[in-house]
Amino acid sequence: MTCSEKFEEESPYLLRVGSQNASLWKTGKPLLGHLDVELTERCNNNCIHCGINLPAGDSVAKKRELSTAAAKEILNEAASLGCLSVRFTGGEPLLREDFEELYLHARKTGLKVILFTNATLVTPSLADLFSRIPPLEEIEISVYGMKKTSYEAVTRAPGSFETAWRGINLLLENKVPFVVKSALLPPNRVEVEDFEAWASTVPWMDDFPSYSVFFDLHGRRDGKKNQMIRALRPAPEEGVEFLARRKKKRIKEMEAFCSKFIGPPGDSLFACGAGVGGACVDAYGMAQLCMDLRHPQAIYDLKKGSLREAVTQFFPQVRELKAENPDYLARCAQCFLKGLCEQCPAKSWTEHGTLDTPVDYYCEIAHTEARVLGLLRDDEKAWEVMDWEERLRDLSQKEHGQLKRRASWT
Amino acid sequence: MDLKARLDAVYAPSEDIVARSIEGEIIIVPLVAGIGDLEDELYTLNETGKAVWDRLDGKKKLKEVLAELSAEFDAPAGEIEKDLMGLVEELVRRKIVAEIV
Repeated sequence: MTCSEKFEEESPYLLRVGSQNASLWKTGKPLLGHLDVELTERCNNNCIHCGINLPAGDSVAKKRELSTAAAKEILNEAASLGCLSVRFTGGEPLLREDFEELYLHARKTGLKVILFTNATLVTPSLADLFSRIPPLEEIEISVYGMKKTSYEAVTRAPGSFETAWRGINLLLENKVPFVVKSALLPPNRVEVEDFEAWASTVPWMDDFPSYSVFFDLHGRRDGKKNQMIRALRPAPEEGVEFLARRKKKRIKEMEAFCSKFIGPPGDSLFACGAGVGGACVDAYGMAQLCMDLRHPQAIYDLKKGSLREAVTQFFPQVRELKAENPDYLARCAQCFLKGLCEQCPAKSWTEHGTLDTPVDYYCEIAHTEARVLGLLRDDEKAWEVMDWEERLRDLSQKEHGQLKRRASWT
Repeated sequence: MDLKARLDAVYAPSEDIVARSIEGEIIIVPLVAGIGDLEDELYTLNETGKAVWDRLDGKKKLKEVLAELSAEFDAPAGEIEKDLMGLVEELVRRKIVAEIV
């Protein structure tokens, strides 16, 4: 038997596991499983739909950003809390001059790294680094168009098409695993098939690329940017139709919805898992339950306290917050589409500056989805439906592909 | 590279990995390419593996490790030696530990 053959055998002593493998933990889960770090809010692109893209040369923002030492300290503390993976996001994280230093520090601390990037700043030396010291997770690259005209109509950064494709090719040449995703926007809408055909040639893509369709507003609530983002949002019917175009994928998502669903949330604001086993840190050292949730009541300054305190004391307190808005209590608190709706404190914050205001756009999307699934009639509001348990039972019992609509939409 | 474990050799965790102790488990995180068969692979050790790992400190010879394990565990000496050699050989093959020269 050769060594390589023996490698394939199950070892009695050494067990191979993924960091998400629940069986990894026999006695108890670590306090922190995953950390998101927004290395900068600056970006060298200026995408029309993006909510986090200060200019690359914004010196005020740059000066406020976490120092190299502070970022390393946060990574150290995350590791001490048992964290196994960190996601570097932005803005464009590769804009940080100390990116390689922070990346190496994370990897040498025993963290896997997930990198969100537009790939425009991938250099030969960086691709070589990723090849020698792999992030252990696929890099996620946003691709905004298959042609220079469409790509740069989205990024509004001349030359970005060439630099992005150069970066992608460097990763391919160095066999650095990555996946690609996109945002469905007017300039690239007609290129969906071309993009998906190309994406299928990327060796590490085992599914169709994901799309951002219903764009989030600006995390800092910039009115001018929000106006532009709102104008780019598709109508709920249009977006749902796009997402539902792949039947098999759709069925999987529907199953996920059914498994997630556990009834109307009542006045609890946090029906999601934000701040449970994970944490986010913004570009300036504020710990947050989720990266979009920048409400003053929900951020914790790591310059004044520790990540441990944020995770063990602050986050649980925030998660205890109850909705008080009468409109929310009458609608969202009673709504059985919880698993289908993106309404959450972060969305309420970005749209309305509060934690508990219903966001009509997401409400309409959830209702559209529910009508397609046959859970609602055209004239119904989900929070008024009394027999929702029966409807969900019917849905889960139906054969795949045999869903019937209560009413059609066009 | 000699993949056969030797009782008179000294072994220590390789610089190509990061070993972490989390919630009572030893988690081995590859640092360089080529440690695991898959890109996102981490490793953990069973109880026998943990007892051995704690003693691969770059100072003790493997025969001293064997003596310690034999004193601590109630099992036939031959069985402990077989487990010890098997694990060390596997760790060396995977570049998780290295012989100290």
